[in-house]
Amino acid sequence: MLEVSQLTSGYGSMQVLWDISLSVKENEIQVVLGANGAGKSTFLKVAIGLLPLWSGDLKMNGTNIAPLAVAERVKHGLGYMSEQGIFPDLSVEENLRLGSLRTKTKSVGDQIDNIYERFPELKERRKSLAGGLSGGQRKLVGIGRALISEPKILLMDEPSSGLSPRYVNEVIERLAELRGGITLVIAEQNISFLSIADTVSVIEGGKTRFTGSVSDFNNNDTLKEAFFGIE
Amino acid sequence: MPKLDDLDLTLETGSKGKKLISPAIAALVPIVAFAVGVHLYSNELLLTYMAIYIALAQGINIIYGFTGYLPFGYFGFFGVGAYASGLVMLDYNVPPVLAVIIGGVAGALVGAILLPLFRLRGAYFAIGTLAASEAIYTIISNPSLQSITNGPYGLNLAGFYSSGTAYGTAIALAALSILATSFVRSSKFGLTLKAIRDDSYSASMAGVNVPRQRFYAWLIAAAIAGMAGSVFGWSTSVFYPQAVFDPALSVLAIVFALFGGVGTIWGPTIGTVVLYAIYNAIGVSNPQYFQLIYGMVIVLLVLFAPRGLAGFWNYITTKITTVRAKND
Repeated sequence: MLEVSQLTSGYGSMQVLWDISLSVKENEIQVVLGANGAGKSTFLKVAIGLLPLWSGDLKMNGTNIAPLAVAERVKHGLGYMSEQGIFPDLSVEENLRLGSLRTKTKSVGDQIDNIYERFPELKERRKSLAGGLSGGQRKLVGIGRALISEPKILLMDEPSSGLSPRYVNEVIERLAELRGGITLVIAEQNISFLSIADTVSVIEGGKTRFTGSVSDFNNNDTLKEAFFGIE
Repeated sequence: MPKLDDLDLTLETGSKGKKLISPAIAALVPIVAFAVGVHLYSNELLLTYMAIYIALAQGINIIYGFTGYLPFGYFGFFGVGAYASGLVMLDYNVPPVLAVIIGGVAGALVGAILLPLFRLRGAYFAIGTLAASEAIYTIISNPSLQSITNGPYGLNLAGFYSSGTAYGTAIALAALSILATSFVRSSKFGLTLKAIRDDSYSASMAGVNVPRQRFYAWLIAAAIAGMAGSVFGWSTSVFYPQAVFDPALSVLAIVFALFGGVGTIWGPTIGTVVLYAIYNAIGVSNPQYFQLIYGMVIVLLVLFAPRGLAGFWNYITTKITTVRAKND
């Protein structure tokens, strides 16, 4: 579904990614693991088109999406949830309505109702400012907004960012409920997300150091110890 | 207890009927208030200026309250509108009401020309608009253009003056500006503007065409200021360039809008009515006290009600509702 091969990129003239190669299949959940500054967020920004691809291949369903602008990639079925994920000064409902700007298949009301069905706590607070919600609820708004745009692949940048462990678990549970209906690429440094992952890629120093199944990762003690200090 | 803009909330989620009724009420209130007000308070010109300032504050509300871009040079559109309408009245004998519309179009055209200013952000944008408006003032008041603009000697529209019609047009303009804000606040267009104000980067990711939406908001705000300047020139009859290209116009409109609360429908209107009334009650006879009171109002506003009267009201009502809910 998403094929990345020998991708290089950076900010201005500063190279940040040297050799990113990974592959994500349809309806798969892949966690892209890496420490702070490893290049995970930069990779997602290149994938969605916010940063230019310097060299390498970036294909979605066999189509080269590298020359496409952000809007075109979104039309192609690529979704993106930033670290913040929400517009804090807009209400929950306004945030969700923004997610429907690119879709024309259903009425906005139906789409929002679907999200409320999935995340009932958001319905109760639909008129509240998103910035006033708990950390976990904010992430649900961000996920809901991303889902309304009906992406085939959703790229998520650190959904655990700024959350206490309790809320992290809540977000993980909610993401697990999406399994089978969407392809997720989750850039994370929190290893708990492996519990819902089918595959994992490890980025370190702007290079892919590992890509494979979660069980292969779990069996690779050297890798775990080298990059995450897990014994 | 209802929040100040509860009417607006029904716009977003209510029935089609409510969608039409709420803006109609928002526009009808000032029409009725001004229509009755002129019988209770005889200074029609002052009320005309108040209506003009309501329009200007709503224009600031649209561009600043909904997109976050603060134009210190907003007075430039006001002056362009005053001159464009005045010149078509004098040179082509265009009826004043039509000239007001032409003034609005002229304001929007200048807004389109100044579009590159959006490459700037924050204080740079504010100062950039100020510089652009000063440049327009310098051109229009240039003695070498006397054959076209009458240079520094201004325009005399006394032959077109009609107090009742000018007053009615000012009220209609105030109502129109409130309707425009209602539309912006309740529409998908307004939603995209608010997203731009929050985070233009993420708004772009959500599918918002940031430059286009911002441009439309800018044009609406510029057209409102152009029409406001036209009505001002017409109702004042004789004006000089420095009167319609006065930075104080921008400052007052910004303060009125902020005092009432930007991003709301009622805030800028209430802010204008309260502060302009204070200005005329003491500002003319005792300007030293007026400056003191204005300064205090602004300090108190920043300290205790950064979202203006509307924000303060919403804060109080939310507190009361929370306490009641706890007691129940």
